[in-house]
Amino acid sequence: MTAAIELSGITKRFPGVIANDNVNLTVEKGEIHAICGENGAGKSTLMKILYGMQPPDEGTMKVDGELVTFSSPTDAIDRGIGMVHQHFMLADQLTVLENIILGAEPTATGGVIKFKDAEAHLAEVANDYGLTIDPNDMVETLEVGERQRVEIIKVLYRGAQILILDEPTAVLVPQEVEALFDNMRELKAGGATIIFIDHKLDEVLEISDSITVLRHGKTVASMPNDGVTAHDLAELMVGSELPTPATTESTVTDHVALALKNVTVTDDDGRSLVESINLAIHKGEILGIAGVEGNGQGELVDAIIGTATAGTGSIELLGDDITALSVRKRREAGIAYVPEDRHHEGLMLEAPLWENAALGHQTQAPYGSRWLLNRKGAQSQTETIKDEFDVRTPNIHVSAHALSGGNQQKLIIGRELTSNPSLLIAAHPTRGIDVGAQAAVWEQIRHARSEGLATLLISADLDELIGLSDTIVVMLRGRLVARLAPDEVTPRDLGAYMTGAASQNEGEAA
Amino acid sequence: MRRFLFAAAAPVGAFALTLIISTLALWAFGSNPFEAYGDMLNHASKLETQVDILNRATPLYLSAIAAAIGFRMNLFNIGVEGQYLFAFLIAAQVGSLVALPQVFHILLIMTVAMAVGAAYAGIAGVLKVTRGVNEVISTIMLNSIAIAGLIAFLQQRWQAEQENFTSTTLGTNPIDESGLMPTINGLLEIFTREVGQGKELTGMLIVAVLVGVAYHVLLTRMRFGFDLRASGLNPFAARAGGVPPKRMIVAAMCLSGAAAGLIGMVELADAGKFSPNPIKGLGFAGIAVALLGRNHPVGMAFSALLFAFLDVSAGILQNTQAATKEIVNIMQGIVLLVAVIAYGVTKRIQTREEARATAEALKTVEATVGDEAEAMA
Repeated sequence: MTAAIELSGITKRFPGVIANDNVNLTVEKGEIHAICGENGAGKSTLMKILYGMQPPDEGTMKVDGELVTFSSPTDAIDRGIGMVHQHFMLADQLTVLENIILGAEPTATGGVIKFKDAEAHLAEVANDYGLTIDPNDMVETLEVGERQRVEIIKVLYRGAQILILDEPTAVLVPQEVEALFDNMRELKAGGATIIFIDHKLDEVLEISDSITVLRHGKTVASMPNDGVTAHDLAELMVGSELPTPATTESTVTDHVALALKNVTVTDDDGRSLVESINLAIHKGEILGIAGVEGNGQGELVDAIIGTATAGTGSIELLGDDITALSVRKRREAGIAYVPEDRHHEGLMLEAPLWENAALGHQTQAPYGSRWLLNRKGAQSQTETIKDEFDVRTPNIHVSAHALSGGNQQKLIIGRELTSNPSLLIAAHPTRGIDVGAQAAVWEQIRHARSEGLATLLISADLDELIGLSDTIVVMLRGRLVARLAPDEVTPRDLGAYMTGAASQNEGEAA
Repeated sequence: MRRFLFAAAAPVGAFALTLIISTLALWAFGSNPFEAYGDMLNHASKLETQVDILNRATPLYLSAIAAAIGFRMNLFNIGVEGQYLFAFLIAAQVGSLVALPQVFHILLIMTVAMAVGAAYAGIAGVLKVTRGVNEVISTIMLNSIAIAGLIAFLQQRWQAEQENFTSTTLGTNPIDESGLMPTINGLLEIFTREVGQGKELTGMLIVAVLVGVAYHVLLTRMRFGFDLRASGLNPFAARAGGVPPKRMIVAAMCLSGAAAGLIGMVELADAGKFSPNPIKGLGFAGIAVALLGRNHPVGMAFSALLFAFLDVSAGILQNTQAATKEIVNIMQGIVLLVAVIAYGVTKRIQTREEARATAEALKTVEATVGDEAEAMA
């Protein structure tokens, strides 16, 4: 039998990096093939090449045994290849059906859309692959898992036989992941071939028929999922033991660093995004907040650092009421902030590293004062950060965009922790960085904790949350719904609280 | 050195390309391009022309600084035009009402001009932060209000107050000699021969140089300038870093307006009053000069000189009939367009180059680390 996909000798170079170095990949018809590797291992580049978004520098691609070259995704779609991106591309204000036919509308003469035909075709596709969805639902009313299903059906509707799923589980809670896997099994039964990118090893082992591991742009292994263990995969991915954040002895003290009293944040329409939060974080404590993204974590952070638009309640830092203070005054009072998106809120990508290190601390020594910027002081402090936090860069004058994600993150962690803070707010501190940098970030946060730093940790990585936190609270629809001890909780339990499947009574949670 | 080459490559390349396109354009118009260039250069080699160029470059440079302060924060202050004309008018009027010792008189007039420019630009800033009005729209409107509204109205009133006015008495009342910024021919003549034809080098040139230095110091040495640049580079990161976004917008608009207020002072020092027909268009030209000079204090000085040279060349081309004088506007347009493209291209190359160099430098670092590990094993 000819393979559905056969890539051989694929090489793709970018300035200074070889993203794919002689990669081979064979995907049989009707199988679920997982591609795993660390961030930056070359998975995304390989998929972009397969989907026609980028041409390979070298190598050949065969689809169903035929040699192909794609110059755009349209060519790939014509050959029956469809891709479901990690970030959904759906119009909220349109129905499921409208979203699915968007860009491929069956029209009668005069441009009238034949909705009946479209709906019939959709029903056929959904039936073939055992996926249920109501075509007339508004997309804005759908849950994340359902939206993903819409994306998958959208691809199938266009006649795809080979699906590429780019980290489909990244946005899902454990229960939704299981629903996705059921869908994937249905798709397979319906005859589809699935290429599935992931770096969560238990998921890969659960769902895939075959596994290909990439490391530093090279294929390091390609094997059937047969007797492979998570440990084997981890070693293949990183070339050594996979680090995990292990809990260490508690350093929690009695001194309250941050106290939130009845904090409520409302949006422009007066709807509350964060509701009546009471919370205390002690010196030496890491308090983790678990929750599906968009349940008020971001707004809570805004309230603490002072960028929230409107709200009530009071915030105390080391016993002083900071509710009325500006962001700058709060930062000067000792709030350090590692934002969830380093490109959005963390860095000036076009500015040199030393200016990035000064950002947020430019009014304080050694970076500057009320009136002046201290260039010498800022630069020597940046050198210190570079050395202590192992920021891999030729010098501190290169622009921030030239660094890899992990090194950018180490720079941010460094600038925040060296500012001698009393509270650290770390939102997704290891998102999108490689395993080595991840371990370094964990180590730095844990070290700061042992020196008495209070930390508010928000993370979608439940293992990270459980491994680092002294206490975990769960946020759902703007409220704290559970308070858990990390040594007694599993990611599954957390998932249940995060989706509202399990609950504690209010008193316990507060 | 490498950085410098990168910075210089774009303007030099743009200039060369501009010359080629202008040459073709002149040919197409039936003129002899080399004759035209010869006339322009010959003219510009005269000391008197150079004084003209400097006098023209001075307000252009101030205008460019005003635009650049906004650009550094991604604010598009289109209102420099209205700000300088309005500031010019009010400062001329205030200056004519008082009699003070020279230093104080000049300082008062300049302070009034800067304050009026700042206040007028500040309106756009306040509108933006309180009502979300885009500054491009509001400053365009404010230009119309200032030029077609306030200035026309005030001029009419002041004229009505004069018994029997003639074209020479139109405009504001003349300012006493003590309020006029002295010319600096004396300073120039230390280095050169005597300036003829009654040409006078404006004293505002020194003010413009000081403003350029202040701009540089503000942006690179001052905490406020850092906040300003940070807001321009990434407003969200700046806000998270404690920079108050609203206050910065208002402050940047006011600073930009204050610089704009100085533009009209060049003409005021020369004419001694706000004439019924002040030199217009300097505010818009400043945007072009700032773009060409990449908001850099030295870059803008060169680009102001280039624009001034072209402006001044219009006259000689008309005299010698070597080419139509409009060619200078065409050349200004071409150089700007080509430069903007060239900057885009070099920036892309530079970004890629930097990423490559960083990756390469790190590879060697990692390689050495690897070697050490092997050696230890």
